Amino acid sequence: MANLATDFVGIKSPNPFWLASAPPTDKEYNVRRAFEAGWGGVVWKTLGLDPHIVNVNGPRYGAVWGPDRRLLGMNNIELITDRPLETNLEEIKAVKRDYPDRAMIVSLMVPCEEEPWAWILKKVEETGADGVELNFGCPHGMSERGMGSAVGQVPEYIEMVTRWCKANTRMPVIVKLTPNVADIRKPAAAAHAGGADAVSLINTVNSITGVDLDLFAPEPTIDGKGAHGGYCGPAVKPIALNMVAEIKRTAEIGRLPVSGIGGVTTWRDAAEFLALGAGNVQVCTAAMTYGFKVVEEMISGLSQYLDEKEMDSVRDLVGRAVPNVVDWQDLNLNYVTKARIDQDACIKCGRCFAACEDTSHQAITMSPDRVFEVNDAECVACNLCVNVCPVEDCITMVRLPAGETDPRTGAVVRDDYANWTTHPNNPAAKAAE
Amino acid sequence: MKPNALAEGVRPGRLDPSSLAEGFCDVHPPLTPHEAAVAADRCYFCHDAPCIAACPTEIDIPLFIRQIATGTPEAAAKTIFEQNILGGMCARVCPVETLCEQACVRETAEHEPVEIGRLQRYATDTLMAADVHPFERAAATGKRIAVVGAGPAGLACAHRLAMKGHDVVIYDAREKPGGLNEYGIAAYKTVDGFAEREVAWLLQIGGIRLEQGRALGRDVTLEELRADHDAVFLGTGLGAVNALGLDGEDRDGVEDAVDFIAELRQAEDLAALPIGRDVVVIGGGMTAVDAAVQAKLLGALNVTMVYRRGRDRMNASRKEQDHATTRGVRIVTNAVPVAVHGNGAVREVEFEFVEDDLTPTGERFRLTADQVFKAIGQRLDGAALPATERGKIAVTDAGRTSVDGVWAGGDCAAGGDDLTVTAVAEGRDAAEDIHAALTR
Repeated sequence: MANLATDFVGIKSPNPFWLASAPPTDKEYNVRRAFEAGWGGVVWKTLGLDPHIVNVNGPRYGAVWGPDRRLLGMNNIELITDRPLETNLEEIKAVKRDYPDRAMIVSLMVPCEEEPWAWILKKVEETGADGVELNFGCPHGMSERGMGSAVGQVPEYIEMVTRWCKANTRMPVIVKLTPNVADIRKPAAAAHAGGADAVSLINTVNSITGVDLDLFAPEPTIDGKGAHGGYCGPAVKPIALNMVAEIKRTAEIGRLPVSGIGGVTTWRDAAEFLALGAGNVQVCTAAMTYGFKVVEEMISGLSQYLDEKEMDSVRDLVGRAVPNVVDWQDLNLNYVTKARIDQDACIKCGRCFAACEDTSHQAITMSPDRVFEVNDAECVACNLCVNVCPVEDCITMVRLPAGETDPRTGAVVRDDYANWTTHPNNPAAKAAE
Repeated sequence: MKPNALAEGVRPGRLDPSSLAEGFCDVHPPLTPHEAAVAADRCYFCHDAPCIAACPTEIDIPLFIRQIATGTPEAAAKTIFEQNILGGMCARVCPVETLCEQACVRETAEHEPVEIGRLQRYATDTLMAADVHPFERAAATGKRIAVVGAGPAGLACAHRLAMKGHDVVIYDAREKPGGLNEYGIAAYKTVDGFAEREVAWLLQIGGIRLEQGRALGRDVTLEELRADHDAVFLGTGLGAVNALGLDGEDRDGVEDAVDFIAELRQAEDLAALPIGRDVVVIGGGMTAVDAAVQAKLLGALNVTMVYRRGRDRMNASRKEQDHATTRGVRIVTNAVPVAVHGNGAVREVEFEFVEDDLTPTGERFRLTADQVFKAIGQRLDGAALPATERGKIAVTDAGRTSVDGVWAGGDCAAGGDDLTVTAVAEGRDAAEDIHAALTR
């Protein structure tokens, strides 16, 4: 059986599943339950300076649901821990003492001056924690006070604070990044320049989950008003995957370890982050939705997958997909596919037809007895029919073999590789002359 | 146990009131809002959806389900009522397993169709509970139309005509309107006086006058109706019941199933309704099932449904058959009655097994019976009607009969299946054609 143990910037944990800094890791009680449930590590909810902050006394969370009220996305306007610093430190120490094999990371957020950072780092070191995570990501509330994403959106600040922290502690320093930026590579590079041992991403995405159409107020609504919150859960995973990939495929920062965060709900999500180069993953919304027990499925699923792929450890999977993330201009224009409908699997709902006929290329025909067929002369292989079909694998994209003529273009399919950079329609093409 | 529970003969009070109430409660209880949301989410919103084509009234099912899913069941109800003003009753009595739900692509995908019938009921119940009638009558046209029969066909026709501004008089032979909705459907399918409430709700459109207790051929003739109105619609249903044609058919205890069901539906107190201990129902349609199941629910100990062909030829759907058997009804197939034995009252019915093509096998058996319900079909009753075809009034697609100015629809007309929903479609379509003819 594959070994799930990981060593992330020197921090060991029995599996790559950490709980992210968030409500589930705010208290000793919760964290003990998490470790009992099998989580490999936790990032303790962000500590700050006393007097501790206060939270709203109305709803903290908003939600977006799919069918059957499946929670697809959640946002929150909760701030960092609202308990005294000393209480948290004592609890961290007690838990770490009782669970020495688990990773204990402490998330931190103090004002942008070296002195408080140096002071709190010493306090954390005394707990025996394994490392710290700098919260430069929180997009609501704290950012209004010049912390959280207000730091994470300015690469110079990231680099400065990271440098202070590295200078003031022997613990590994992980910098947590906000996705609320135009180019995630810039803050990652700043963390790297400041000496960060790793980055973790993504923090939550600025969001309003909905509008109360009776109150005309954003949700979650507090006394008729709402503030933007941080969006998380399955809905943000694609954003997070891309940002992780962007960092990992960039030469200067590609070797910077990444802790992947953002919508990890199943072992499969975790495996995807790992494949894109994350050394481990952090989870929050899935635990908040289903409880800590979900880690059992993540452990069994990842273990089975690694075994099936004949990989001995998590390390064998990390980064396997990175070389395949390329620029659009590098995609093979000679790769020609067509939609194929499995008539035995088809349940004749006609959604592929409606989608193609109304919004795409009129490449699916419908007979009076509801047989749906692809017209190769019109099919551009856009994949929309695959995406809207309710039956998995009923419609697939099948490659035309070399030598065959594509009825849409009239061109013979070639087996060599050619991309936009050499295409005759590209004014900047570097044609082989 | 009630003292009458095991006693022979046709007698009341076999079960206590709580058992009766339990047996006759809503067979498909209404969906809660949460259940409706979950059920509605399963709809794929198919293109040119097969369920629509499978509905005789062609309700836009994907649209109304999407309207439920998005929290507007009132709009969903209007979508339904635009096509089928008796959508509330059809949601309760349609054999959806052979219509919309059979066509549902999720039936193909996982043998578990979207619960279209129950969702339709959820939507229509919501709007009717608010006592909202979603249509307004057009300006009066001054045209007068006679509708004969206040059953599904007549009501649908009358409503559509009234909506278009015509004045409608409905002549109905019974004491109460509703036709088979009121008199001919198992009580557990339409509880709490729904048929009556539905008619009252439908009449809110205005412009419809009901003349109850007025039978065609007895109190009024077709010629008189033609003379006094701009058009006539016949939705009389099938007034006569087929006989077995056997010796002993007139013995006490041998009854028409439709009469039993009508009496049950109108009974104030089910405990006072007499029922046999050993009941035999002859027939294989919905009426036979409704009679057999209700006999069981009244406390009959042994109820046997006997049908002359195989199960697959029964007019009652497989789901209806299963409903009967789970309620304790025994179904015997490929047997025809050959004699009714007894001395004054029926004691036994003798049957002979037959091949699928009804060839006698010579093998006979007897069933003990103190009550026998005949449910082998109904036929058109009355004279001086328009020309008939296969025993029913011949009609065009638009419901026109052989007589100028006279349309027909529902069970009395030679159109589609004898279903409530088919009657509604025919009544509605005839109204459209009458309107077109009168406003040309």
